[in-house]
Amino acid sequence: MTDFLQQVISGLASGAVYASLALALVIIHRSTGVINFAQGEMATLSAYIAWALIWHHGWGYWTAAAATLVLSFIGGIATHRVIIRPVERGSVLRVVVVTIGLLIVINGFVLWQWGGEPKFLQSPFGNHIYDIGGVFITAHDIGTICVVLGIVLLLWLLFRFTKIGLALRAAAVNPDEARLVGVRVTWMLALGWGLAAALGAIAGLLTAPTVLLDPSMMQPVLIYAFAAAVLGGIDSPVGAVVGGLLLGVLLNMLSFLSQYGAFDWFTEDLRVPGALLVILVVLLVRPAGIFGRPEVQRV
Amino acid sequence: MTPRQKLVIGFAAFAAFTAFVLVLPAFVNEFKTREYAYVAIYLLALVGLNILTGYTGQISLGHGAFMAIGAYTTAILMVGNEQFGGPIGGGIKDVWTLPLAALVTGVFGYAFGFPALRLSGLYLALATFAIAVAIPSTIRRFEHWTGGGQGITLAGSPELTGEDGVEFLGLTFTPNQWMYYLSWTLALVGLAVAWFLLRGRTGRALRAVRDSETAATSSGVSLPRYKTFAFGVSAAFAGIAGGLLALAASGVSPDSFSIVLSIYLLVGIVIGGLGGLSGLVFGAIVIAFLPTTWSQGEDLGSLLPDRIIEETQKPGGSAIVFGVILILLMFVLPNGVAGIFRRVGQAIASRRYSRSSSS
Repeated sequence: MTDFLQQVISGLASGAVYASLALALVIIHRSTGVINFAQGEMATLSAYIAWALIWHHGWGYWTAAAATLVLSFIGGIATHRVIIRPVERGSVLRVVVVTIGLLIVINGFVLWQWGGEPKFLQSPFGNHIYDIGGVFITAHDIGTICVVLGIVLLLWLLFRFTKIGLALRAAAVNPDEARLVGVRVTWMLALGWGLAAALGAIAGLLTAPTVLLDPSMMQPVLIYAFAAAVLGGIDSPVGAVVGGLLLGVLLNMLSFLSQYGAFDWFTEDLRVPGALLVILVVLLVRPAGIFGRPEVQRV
Repeated sequence: MTPRQKLVIGFAAFAAFTAFVLVLPAFVNEFKTREYAYVAIYLLALVGLNILTGYTGQISLGHGAFMAIGAYTTAILMVGNEQFGGPIGGGIKDVWTLPLAALVTGVFGYAFGFPALRLSGLYLALATFAIAVAIPSTIRRFEHWTGGGQGITLAGSPELTGEDGVEFLGLTFTPNQWMYYLSWTLALVGLAVAWFLLRGRTGRALRAVRDSETAATSSGVSLPRYKTFAFGVSAAFAGIAGGLLALAASGVSPDSFSIVLSIYLLVGIVIGGLGGLSGLVFGAIVIAFLPTTWSQGEDLGSLLPDRIIEETQKPGGSAIVFGVILILLMFVLPNGVAGIFRRVGQAIASRRYSRSSSS
């Protein structure tokens, strides 16, 4: 039983990371209707920036993290204004190719600037291990779960109770009418990209301590985040979080059960293909996800 | 230009290109011919991908996965997988595995076409992207079939043609030349097949699906039929290309089919021009040479200032150049390099037309 709880807890912790990147995907998809294939690489870049600030410039962790969030936010806005806006309204293929191009550029840049050898980025919460009734949980895992829940709360408050949140929602739902009532739509979309980039930065900072920092660190996480977003409903922030946590627990459960003979074909190599399977099954059975509304297409 | 003139010019260009391909090995270093074989291999894969993405509008970011299926089919049929504990004995001559690679991959593609029917636009891109990321670890997992992370090596296999030269029609080819001619023959045949397939009724139906699914359906084009068809044909092309890739590299391993391969293929059709065939040769040349040429520090002349070349030759530098080119192309040239020629051609044609009509 404690083994079981142990797996649930560590599943929740990894799920929380998937959820934070999934939130970034959802915010961008909601506001601009784009799926950002470069989201994982943007997060990796942010983690590298924090690492460089700490190790090369001697900054403290929290100042470096804060600076990284601000830089990522600005970077996200700039990305939208410069690269995405010109192709946003065109064919789907153009947008996809542009975000793939961005993925290649950022991945190449990280390799070019910092080299391929893995780097160590510490956890802000330390590595103390708590023993709660036989279940071990690290401070980093607790911190990760708390941060992600905090983010969801903040996002909910932002979208629900602030004027900017209202404008953001208006710009996403009906850009033309939002413009008529004085919402500066293009800036709202850019703001969405900025928010997503900052969320991605948090995901990167939370991922780096559990694996080592390397240029393709976030590629599997991006697939988990896709699966989480699709599972929860790709337009629903709450869905992204629930989807992320569910996916984290599900994948850990399968590994756990495989140790006990059930699902013994499930090995570590099958985690990413497992996430792929989740994506395919959800898209085929219930494309809107758990929390999404089915899309209605007008002809 | 009348359609007939266009056809004649097209045939002439194809014949000239075939002749060029035929005599090229006489003028280059024998060792280089194997590198040029890769151009043909990528060309085949690009033709396949363009049938699906450029003509039918179904975005695939996971075509490397289809190439992997083809490559592993060829490798397993040649040397078998009994050595890893798998069920297949192998022992098929390499050339004969290629049609089987096409068939197997084509069936996979056709089968994937059915779930893909329910995925449109971005969602299809997302699902295929996930496939591309998932393929190497899937290959590693089923090691009884695929040899796991080590992969399968073909060097020294009795089924590999031409390890010590090939006699064919009274001519002697070195192994590299053999690979070159085999790949280019298949690539040129593939181009011709694709052209025949796309010019008539089928091609029109596929383009109709791309331009508007609603309009296509209302004019009697069956979406399921043509989409699954496009997936099948496209995958079959990728399968042959994958099989050739296994032969050219004398082996397969999971890491050669990472997401990078799928992205290169996408770059290739974007550079070559979506929904065109002739430009794909440029795309294939670029993806076969740019990454290696650039990073191996071959002489690029005084094209760019030394400092820039030096910087971009560090690891990752070629990727940056690649990505920037890709993004810029989407901004200024959505029709690829072939689009420039087409535009210039149209400009000349319209000038001639207006001059003759005004006189």
